Amino acid sequence: MTSPTSSPSPAPILELRDVKTHFPISSGFLFKRHVGTVKAVDGVTLSVARGEVLGLVGESGCGKSTLARTILQLVPTTGGTVILSGQNLTTSNTSDILAARRDLQMVFQDPYASLNPRMTVFDTLAEPLLVHGVCRPADINARVAALMRTVGLAPRFMQKYPHEFSGGQRQRIAIARALALEPKVIIADEPVSALDVSIQAQILNLLAQLVRKMNLSLVFIAHDLSVVKHISDRIAVMYLGKIVELGRAADVIERPRHPYTRALVSAIPTPDPDVERTRQRIVLPGDPPSPINPPSGCAFHPRCPYAHEICKSSVPPLAPFEAGRDVACLRTEEISAL
Amino acid sequence: MPLLSVTDLRTYFHTRSGVYRAVDGVSFSLERGETLGIVGESGSGKSVTCYSIMGLIPTPPGRIESGTAIFDGVDLLHCTPTQSRAIRGKRVAMIFQDPMTSLNPYMRISDQLIEPLLIHENLSKSAARQRALAALESVGINDPDKRINLYPHEFSGGMRQRVMIAMALITKPELLIADEPTTALDVTVQAQILELIKKMQRELGMAVIFITHDLGVVSGLCDRVQVMYAGRIVESADTRTLFHSPRHPYTRALQRSIPSLQPKGTELYTISGMPPDLSKPLPGCGFSARCEHATATCTATTPALANLSPTHAQACLRVQAGELL
Repeated sequence: MTSPTSSPSPAPILELRDVKTHFPISSGFLFKRHVGTVKAVDGVTLSVARGEVLGLVGESGCGKSTLARTILQLVPTTGGTVILSGQNLTTSNTSDILAARRDLQMVFQDPYASLNPRMTVFDTLAEPLLVHGVCRPADINARVAALMRTVGLAPRFMQKYPHEFSGGQRQRIAIARALALEPKVIIADEPVSALDVSIQAQILNLLAQLVRKMNLSLVFIAHDLSVVKHISDRIAVMYLGKIVELGRAADVIERPRHPYTRALVSAIPTPDPDVERTRQRIVLPGDPPSPINPPSGCAFHPRCPYAHEICKSSVPPLAPFEAGRDVACLRTEEISAL
Repeated sequence: MPLLSVTDLRTYFHTRSGVYRAVDGVSFSLERGETLGIVGESGSGKSVTCYSIMGLIPTPPGRIESGTAIFDGVDLLHCTPTQSRAIRGKRVAMIFQDPMTSLNPYMRISDQLIEPLLIHENLSKSAARQRALAALESVGINDPDKRINLYPHEFSGGMRQRVMIAMALITKPELLIADEPTTALDVTVQAQILELIKKMQRELGMAVIFITHDLGVVSGLCDRVQVMYAGRIVESADTRTLFHSPRHPYTRALQRSIPSLQPKGTELYTISGMPPDLSKPLPGCGFSARCEHATATCTATTPALANLSPTHAQACLRVQAGELL
């Protein structure tokens, strides 16, 4: 793998080197046979600096959620290394990983499913504090109240249950839970996809403000490019388990280089009727292919309007194309010249 | 005469925890061939409006308290079951958000596709099958004679939505109601489906009501947009006017909170608070509790839609009084 040129500061807090997560598919009832492999994440190299927001976009099934779970070591890694502040998580034992999770927390998509309905807000927020023994039992009440204030909830709701809150408030509780241990890195997997526009704006503002205030690193996963562009410093675009483009957020959206990113950007509906009526939309044929049987060569070639013979046979590496931009396409230069 | 004209529709849900006024006095009309977008957040009543027109409100707890919906001279809310059966599924068709739950998982695509033809057009099975194959072809499904015999789970999400569209359009309806048809789909697939709906609309010349929460989707597709909040229409205008010079404070706030329109890195505008509890009576304007321009009048008087121009109506008392620009 070529080392990405666009990694900003010298010492990244989170580093992924050629990470692979494959799932075996077996068939048969008594005698399980191995019939295939889902290459959900297939050779991802990325780094996140302190205080940086890295946006990860891609369509469903491209492996972005598996990548999140791999970073947290919630699924076993097939290959490569995940390094969190110098510690290699892929080779660490379970107790070291548990300890490392103090610095590495996650916010999930659906706040209706990710909070335990039988636990009050207090129980939910106190649990990580007690498990990791970070504060004396006598101080827990004050800590929980402070956490609730941080995410914009009134501490008087401490004894309420999740069902008594709206979707946006629940997502605030989930964020408070992730913040409880004062982590260095938060991985947010589609944290605003389930929310309405006006509520989505509140949560995005909250996340941006927390990143600034606490110098957090945030890996922000979403399929909505406009949301990702708004909050991220850099954007990584994923297709079928691989990063196909990586660069500064506004740059990637305004001047996409990879044909897939171009199509993705052109598919975002803009809330401006004049722009909508005049612009040329690249409508990709077909659905994203299955990761069980990925196409040969560049996985995007069957849907790519620019594909040549060579794209069917050789796999393009993620290589620096220009300052601050890595692209995994064999024809980047020719396409950019078009 | 408009194709569909809805007047003072009120649909309430009588539950143990109170009466929810999901739709509370909605009036609008739709011309032949027109595309109307209905935009609103969850719980604003946009889907319930359309479910009421289609007679899909579960009763009880739901009840249509008042109103008429005249489709080509027939009041869909007060007609006989025979009359409504002749219209629904034939002249008015609907597609839903989640194509997995709205297709029958136990039936082959072929049987589901030809059902409306067998019921409404008395076609023979083989003639209906021919029409079904043509319908699948027209929505861009390759190899229709093989795939028509598959079950819904054998299709991807985008393909299922294509099948839904083929099924809805197989009787060549005059009105298609699309309830968030692309919300569950990926952006590249969403772009395909939106293009498909536009193409089919051109071919059949039908009117479309497009329900969505995504202002972006509306802007490229619709001739006219109406914004709903707390069961009422707060603003209605042609698409350009609504996007370029919205007047109602809610529409303006909604527009300002969309990330793509904001310069990067700045704080997004947020609407404080939450939508009102529809089980409590709402005197005054539904948005008044969250509106930065609200006065005492706003919480006391229920605003009505008033025309600013022949194509632009909005329901803010202060704009109507000329106090707000």
